[in-house]
Amino acid sequence: MLHIVNKSPFEKDSFTSCMAHAAESSTVLLIEDGVYAALKGSSVEDQLSRAKVVALQSDVAARGIEGNLVDGIDLIDYPDFVDLVANGDGVQSWV
Amino acid sequence: MKISVQVNEGPYQHQASDSAYNFVKAALEKGHEIFRVFFYHDGVNNGTRLATPPQDDRNVQQRWSDLSKEHELDLVICVAAAQRRGIVDDGEAERNGKDATNIMDGFRISGLGQLIEAGVQSDRLVVFGD
Repeated sequence: MLHIVNKSPFEKDSFTSCMAHAAESSTVLLIEDGVYAALKGSSVEDQLSRAKVVALQSDVAARGIEGNLVDGIDLIDYPDFVDLVANGDGVQSWV
Repeated sequence: MKISVQVNEGPYQHQASDSAYNFVKAALEKGHEIFRVFFYHDGVNNGTRLATPPQDDRNVQQRWSDLSKEHELDLVICVAAAQRRGIVDDGEAERNGKDATNIMDGFRISGLGQLIEAGVQSDRLVVFGD
C-alpha cells in the first residue's frame, strides 16, 4: 500500500495519522510540504521508522532541506512516484 | 495501467495542481492510461480560460488544456462545485441564465458520478489537494 502525505506535520496531523495507521510493509511518500516530516531532529522524527518513508526529490530541493533529512529517506522523482502507484496494491492520500 | 486523478485544490493555491499535472505527465510518459482527471472543490478553478498569470509564470489552466489536447484527456469539472465558483460552459450559462462562459478548452462540466465511475473503472485513483 502506498500512502501519500502532502502537508507539513507542523501544520496538520495527517502525517501522524498516516504513520499510526500504515502497516509496516507499506510505503509512505512525502510530497509538497509533507517533506518537512523527514527533517532531522524534529518532534515527529521517531515516527519515521514505522514504515518505509520516501520523499519527492523536487519538493525537497524546492524547500532547500536536502542536507537536513533523516538518514535512510530515499529521494524519488515523478517516474518513481508513478511506479509506486502502479506497482503497489493501492494508494491512499492523507489530504 | 488505468489511472484516474482527483484534484481538490485550485491553481496557485498550494501545490496540488502542479503535483497532479506532473504526476499525470509522468504516468502518460510511462505508457499508462489516464482514464479521467476529476476537478472537485476549489479544483474546478483549474478550468477557467480567463486567467492571465504573469508571462514568466506557468499557466496552470492552459497547461492542463494543452496536455488534454495532446493525449485526449478527459478533464471533468464537478458541476455543483463549478456553480458555486462560477465556472460556466454553454449548457450551464443557459440553464442558470448567465451572460458569459469561461470554461477552458479541453474541460467539461459533469456530475459526481463521473468521479465514482473513474474510481470503479480505473486500477488506481490518486487524490491531490487539501
